[in-house]
Amino acid sequence: MKFGVIVFPGSNCDHDAFYAASQNLGQQAEYIWHDSATLGDVDAVILPGGFSYGDYLRCGAIAKFSPVMNAVRGFAREGGLVLGVCNGFQILVEAGLLPGALIRNRGLKFICRELRLRVGTSRSPFTSAAVKGQALRMPIAHGEGRYFADERTLDELEAEDRVAFRYIDNANGSLRDIAGILSRERNVMGMMPHPERATEPLMGSSDGLVVFRSMLEAAVRA
Amino acid sequence: MTATAITPELIAQHQLTPDEYGKIVAILGREPSYTELGIFSVMWSEHCSYKSSRLHLKKLPTRSELVVQGPGENAGVVDIGGGYVIAFKIESHNHPSFIEPFQGAATGVGGILRDIFTMGARPIAVMDSLRFGRLDDPRTGPRNRRVLSGVVAGIAHYGNCFGVPTVGGECLFEPCYDGNPLVNVFALGVCRKEDIFYARAAGAGNPVIYVGARTGRDGIHGASMASAEFTEESKQKRPNVQVGDPFMEKLLLEACLEAMRTGAIVGIQDMGAAGLTCSTCEMGSRGEVGIEIELDLVPQRETGMSPYEIMLSESQERMLLVSEKGREDEVFRVFRKWGLESAEIGAVTGDGKLRVRHHGEVVAEIPNRELADEAPLYDRPHGKPLRHAGDAPEFLPASVQEALPALLASSDVCSKRWIWEQYDYQVRTNTIAGPERTDAAIVRIKETGSSVAMSLDGNGRYSYLDPREGAKLAVAECCRNLATVGALPVAATNCLNFGNPERPEIMAQLVEAIEGMADACRFFGTPITGGNVSLYNETLGEGIYPTPVLGIVGLMKTAAPVTIPFKNAGRSVVLLGGLGGCNDTDFGGTEYAKVVVGRLWGLPPALDMDREKRVHDAMRAVLAENLAESAHDLSDGGLAVALAECAFGTAEIGAEIDLDSDLRPEMLCFHEGPSRILVSTAHPHRVAAIAAAHGVDAPALGVTIERGIEIRQRTMTLGSWDISSLKSVYCQALESHVK
Repeated sequence: MKFGVIVFPGSNCDHDAFYAASQNLGQQAEYIWHDSATLGDVDAVILPGGFSYGDYLRCGAIAKFSPVMNAVRGFAREGGLVLGVCNGFQILVEAGLLPGALIRNRGLKFICRELRLRVGTSRSPFTSAAVKGQALRMPIAHGEGRYFADERTLDELEAEDRVAFRYIDNANGSLRDIAGILSRERNVMGMMPHPERATEPLMGSSDGLVVFRSMLEAAVRA
Repeated sequence: MTATAITPELIAQHQLTPDEYGKIVAILGREPSYTELGIFSVMWSEHCSYKSSRLHLKKLPTRSELVVQGPGENAGVVDIGGGYVIAFKIESHNHPSFIEPFQGAATGVGGILRDIFTMGARPIAVMDSLRFGRLDDPRTGPRNRRVLSGVVAGIAHYGNCFGVPTVGGECLFEPCYDGNPLVNVFALGVCRKEDIFYARAAGAGNPVIYVGARTGRDGIHGASMASAEFTEESKQKRPNVQVGDPFMEKLLLEACLEAMRTGAIVGIQDMGAAGLTCSTCEMGSRGEVGIEIELDLVPQRETGMSPYEIMLSESQERMLLVSEKGREDEVFRVFRKWGLESAEIGAVTGDGKLRVRHHGEVVAEIPNRELADEAPLYDRPHGKPLRHAGDAPEFLPASVQEALPALLASSDVCSKRWIWEQYDYQVRTNTIAGPERTDAAIVRIKETGSSVAMSLDGNGRYSYLDPREGAKLAVAECCRNLATVGALPVAATNCLNFGNPERPEIMAQLVEAIEGMADACRFFGTPITGGNVSLYNETLGEGIYPTPVLGIVGLMKTAAPVTIPFKNAGRSVVLLGGLGGCNDTDFGGTEYAKVVVGRLWGLPPALDMDREKRVHDAMRAVLAENLAESAHDLSDGGLAVALAECAFGTAEIGAEIDLDSDLRPEMLCFHEGPSRILVSTAHPHRVAAIAAAHGVDAPALGVTIERGIEIRQRTMTLGSWDISSLKSVYCQALESHVK
């Protein structure tokens, strides 16, 4: 399987996503520069964490206009797997590939913390290797990660079983403890916690591998 | 352009003495122009020239088999094996951080990061050493809290966006830092040995290229500001503080590393203090060549800037580089890819001079070597170190039972989680041990399979009581911290924060601290590979405690670390190094003296370096045989505080210990004698044998237990505590102080 890791100016978890996919999952990975119009022959795309375009204007607000995002939209439309982590989640929301918004943390401060999540659904190519309700340990590291949407959207996400992860320890004040969500077609996922930072025991947790393994299984099946 | 007359007032405004001005005239063989005066004033400022400290800094050891580059470059470089090196340094940004805490601290991080990647190394870790005034002081507390919050937010803003983990540090509070906080930032990077770059110009005719942010009027005279005492007027110097853009710096990092890989770059230096002036003349001086630039070609943010302003601006996120002639386009292409502006602004010449043109007209022409390396050198008079601390006062000791929670709640001792959770300490997925998990932070080097441990330490109270011993104790504590994780110390960097060196009693503090540091660094095999001196840390004539801060790095194999908390009940609690001794005099610098007695007196704890080193060797031997389940060194607050901290893991495993000693209970539990590490082990006999082989005392104090902490002295209970309540005091204290 080949992962494509998008590199925006200001991405800073691109190397970590690449390392997790190539070293800890043992699959191929390549970087895709933000002004590329195509994605090449990748099986899945990762929008990594960081501060794309310096978070100017709003997190993810400028990245959505990057040439590569047109390619990502097309890839998603055709059913390709797209994972957005942290700033990547913010970009997916800004680009309209996922609903809602990510606003300043409840305490108005950046928080870096290892915390517990619960798997909201295993019915997705990102969580199929997990069990619904399973608790996972992963870190968060963000200043603007409080998931926010109107009641109708939240109800809809829940009714359609699209909440991929919920915080057990809700540090940022996300509505309904939402940590990660799926698109309606379930092939796009955004999450604020960093699965790539929890892919080997030395990092304190390997629980994030579940996301990568699920993607691998989905790619192999496809 | 009308020439500005060089009057004695103007010379004084530039903080140049008449003698120094005379030297300038002698070098030039004529009166300087206004621009030249500005250039000399920043290069010869204390901040850039080290004119008061240079003589004494020469006493520091700077070499070893592993040191690839010592002081004199942008950062020190040390060989870590496997074809790789680390580049690291610590720098202060004290003055700007007081005037404008957020931007002052942010640009402090930005400056040291540029120093690292200028060397070709990618930054992989940051730590910071912070000092503030007391948070709970009714008069100065509100401002101190504001400064603390601003500094932490500034460090977080810059480091998090840039993508470097802030993996550790220290933070202490004293009234002497009320008007003069300390913000010392350490950064470390890694690269292949053959990929190191130097800030050296070479090859007459090679183009000089400017890269990064445009030059504006910000930060003019920042270096001079850092070289004077603070007065009420200092607040008006807010415009002297630069504004940082970590996004621009991140682009600059990636672009510079990529441009370096083209092979077209000859030399490169960041524009930090004294901006374009410093980078041009230092690169020229190191390469023994001249540099000629045309200021019209310098990308500018504002119109109508004078040569003086352009040369002295400290706008952030700018680099100067020399490329091979004919290969400029390879360099320009990379910077264009990253959306950065770059411009050829001049060329290397063979005449050894810094020649600056503006609209074609020469506005400055100064020999590089004299400007960069012939700055005045002062052997300032130094008498006895300033010290007002008297003898031990009479005091009624608090019970150990009450004193422990009081110490755990003090802002010096309590958990700094409120600070470090605002920093991304994990980005780059190398952080094996981040803040408060171990005594030293550990970052793995993916490329070599080995890891680097690092620790910062400085104790102003000790150094005030005895600058020489205080500096030695800081070296010893750093090395001890490294030993607790099994790392072997290999090299150091220092940040010397002192008051006004023109006062003999302050100069004496500086001299003694340097000499003490030199002794200890020589003894522990940790040469100083670079660093920073920050003088004039005084506000309205009130100096800070002399605060030498050490950053020491060590090497170790990559493995899951042995952390601070006890892991299992029923293990032996062993104190490597023994209970130690203490008397009234040695007790005066402790946290107990500060928090419970409210005084500072006597001398710092006595250090026996030979014994200290044997304890480290024993600790490493214990870890090498996987005999320790936890390890934590004794420092601020002594044995009782260390014991409590070991109980604050998620499992909240406690201990009951019985101490066989004649010391008074408060001294026994809270004295800060060095050379001691608390270990829990399932193999006490093996640990004892290793300790004995190293000639180290290692009494078994007691056992770990499921819940609670109890300390007895020869069966008499001194205190017993519920862990959760102690832990909540420890964890919540800082946040409650800040709010």
